[in-house]
Amino acid sequence: MGWAIALHGGAGDIPVTLAEERRAPREATLRRCLSLGVAALKANQAPLDVVELVVRELENCPHFNAGKGSVLTTKGTVEMEACIMDGNTKNCGAVSGVSTVVNPISLARVIMEKTPHIYLGFDGAEAFAREQGVEVVETSHFITQENVERLKQAKGANRVQIDYTQPISAVNGDSQIGTVGCVAVDGAGNLAAATSTGGLVNKMVGRIGDTPVVGAGTYANHLCAVSATGKGEFIIRATVARDVAAVMEYKGLSLKEAATYVIDSVPKGNAGLVAVSTNGEVAMPYNTTGMFRACATEDGYSEVGIWDTEVENNFVDNSKS
Amino acid sequence: MGAWAITIHGGAGVDPNLPMERQEQAKAVLARCLEIGITALRSGAVALDVAEMVVRELETDPIFNSGRGSALTALGTVEMEASIMDGRGRRCGAVSGLSTVKNPVSLARLVMDKSPHSYLAFSGAEDFARSQGVETIDNSYFITDENVGMLKLAKEANSIMFDYRVPIDNNTKNTCGASAGSIVNNSIDNTTTIQMNGLPISIYAPETVGCAVVDTQGNTAAATSTGGLMNKMSGRIGDSPLIGAGTYACNLCAVSCTGEGEAIIRATLARDVAALMEYKGLGLQEAVDYVINERLDEGKAGLIAVSNAGEVAYGFNTVGMFRGSATQNGFMEVAIWE
Repeated sequence: MGWAIALHGGAGDIPVTLAEERRAPREATLRRCLSLGVAALKANQAPLDVVELVVRELENCPHFNAGKGSVLTTKGTVEMEACIMDGNTKNCGAVSGVSTVVNPISLARVIMEKTPHIYLGFDGAEAFAREQGVEVVETSHFITQENVERLKQAKGANRVQIDYTQPISAVNGDSQIGTVGCVAVDGAGNLAAATSTGGLVNKMVGRIGDTPVVGAGTYANHLCAVSATGKGEFIIRATVARDVAAVMEYKGLSLKEAATYVIDSVPKGNAGLVAVSTNGEVAMPYNTTGMFRACATEDGYSEVGIWDTEVENNFVDNSKS
Repeated sequence: MGAWAITIHGGAGVDPNLPMERQEQAKAVLARCLEIGITALRSGAVALDVAEMVVRELETDPIFNSGRGSALTALGTVEMEASIMDGRGRRCGAVSGLSTVKNPVSLARLVMDKSPHSYLAFSGAEDFARSQGVETIDNSYFITDENVGMLKLAKEANSIMFDYRVPIDNNTKNTCGASAGSIVNNSIDNTTTIQMNGLPISIYAPETVGCAVVDTQGNTAAATSTGGLMNKMSGRIGDSPLIGAGTYACNLCAVSCTGEGEAIIRATLARDVAALMEYKGLGLQEAVDYVINERLDEGKAGLIAVSNAGEVAYGFNTVGMFRGSATQNGFMEVAIWE
């Protein structure tokens, strides 16, 4: 037992040759967000609040594909989506197709708490955001030069990508991978999950991925909380997030076993996830080259990593902090 | 070679005071749509094609309030959504926020077959429809006077919800309703109101149609289509287009759900039927009963399902569900109540 938190900045074909100047800021952000989340859990904040605040930080970071730094649709626009779920009540909120909301995850939370619905999309979601006084900004705020470049490359190659450059210029390859997410459990076993994304580079206008589909990219119940990342179309059909919990419940597998089982069921190269259980365990499996990730548990363990090797992990005596 | 089976629904949560004439009309449409599916299956059609064809029929017929006669959003517009899933390979397609597409389920199929994605919505989906040349028509076609009136009542009911009086007349010869359902007590005058999705049952009209089918090759498919929820917020997405919630199909079974969308989403209802079969080894009816009894909490919903072995099953905790099913060995049934 004990609290635990895990977060990700996306899974995909992250080239191991990723340049230092592109890798360092991402790792630093993962570390910073992990600290924020850990501090909040230590201060006894509810997991639902913790996952929201961590995902807001990730959304605000331009190096990850969510909020600012979101990849672009085929029309060069931004269409963001997010989802948040509370394990105890299975209350959830989701949003798609927003282009001016600074923090889509917070809008998802407002939808969950202030409407009789779960999921709002596009114009209706934008109108609701304004009605609720949720922070909005000019859509240009979210667009980065890197993503304008990525779109150009994708169109040149006539491809829809998981927002990173493919082998054609892997050496210069940047890794703006799929999605951001966070899952957390407190000492009492309460769980929550949150996921946010800009989607796929060069996606069709109106394309919805797995992130806002409850049970696909995001899920939490009394057993575990899960946030998935990768190729949305595969995650939807495999109902990844829901299946981790279902496999635990119906097959009696542990969190780690269940998480691995589900990732193995998705064709290689397409998915990763972070998950925590009510008992304070963590799992972060992926079947892609890498996944930007970080986790920490109450017993003092923490980890920040991208690939299988060079994982930076620590054991800190939390009783002193 | 397996046995085919097909089951369809026209929505869960039916007014127990629905006039007998309307009930007979509904049953006739269900029977007709079922026949279309049966004929196709007998001639060897694949499950995916049958699911689409039958849901198209259900969408087109005005009695079930999807497509023409869809519920109106709070703004008085129509926003339709649908999804389809092929048990072979679990390919899927979904659409939301359609306002001019005559057959949403067919657009969902095109998303699956002709786009690199699984789910398109709102203006992007409408653009795709035009690029694919599917039949579209002005939004006013879908808006009926009856629903304009219903919207007004729904808005009034929402503002005076606990004072609304809907007499439940179990003695009327014209009805044969069941009395299950969410019953809200009006403490002011001691009358009771059955509610679905926050609306009195006389105003609420089940908006969803669906089909689950298995063909002679043992392949399954499911499809669900809806006009949505009366007086919903513009932009609201329900369970029908969400894979795992309103629709699901895999090698073991196919499922289509209807009822309170938010409850179905929270319960990932369709996926859970399959997950219980896959991970816990339950049979089809056992799995259906389990999710209806254990997974809905306070929510009201129903579902239909088939297994790859040619069985059909249904379950609902609402007041009635328009449904029909048929199996290769000659069984056929159309029903509304328990």
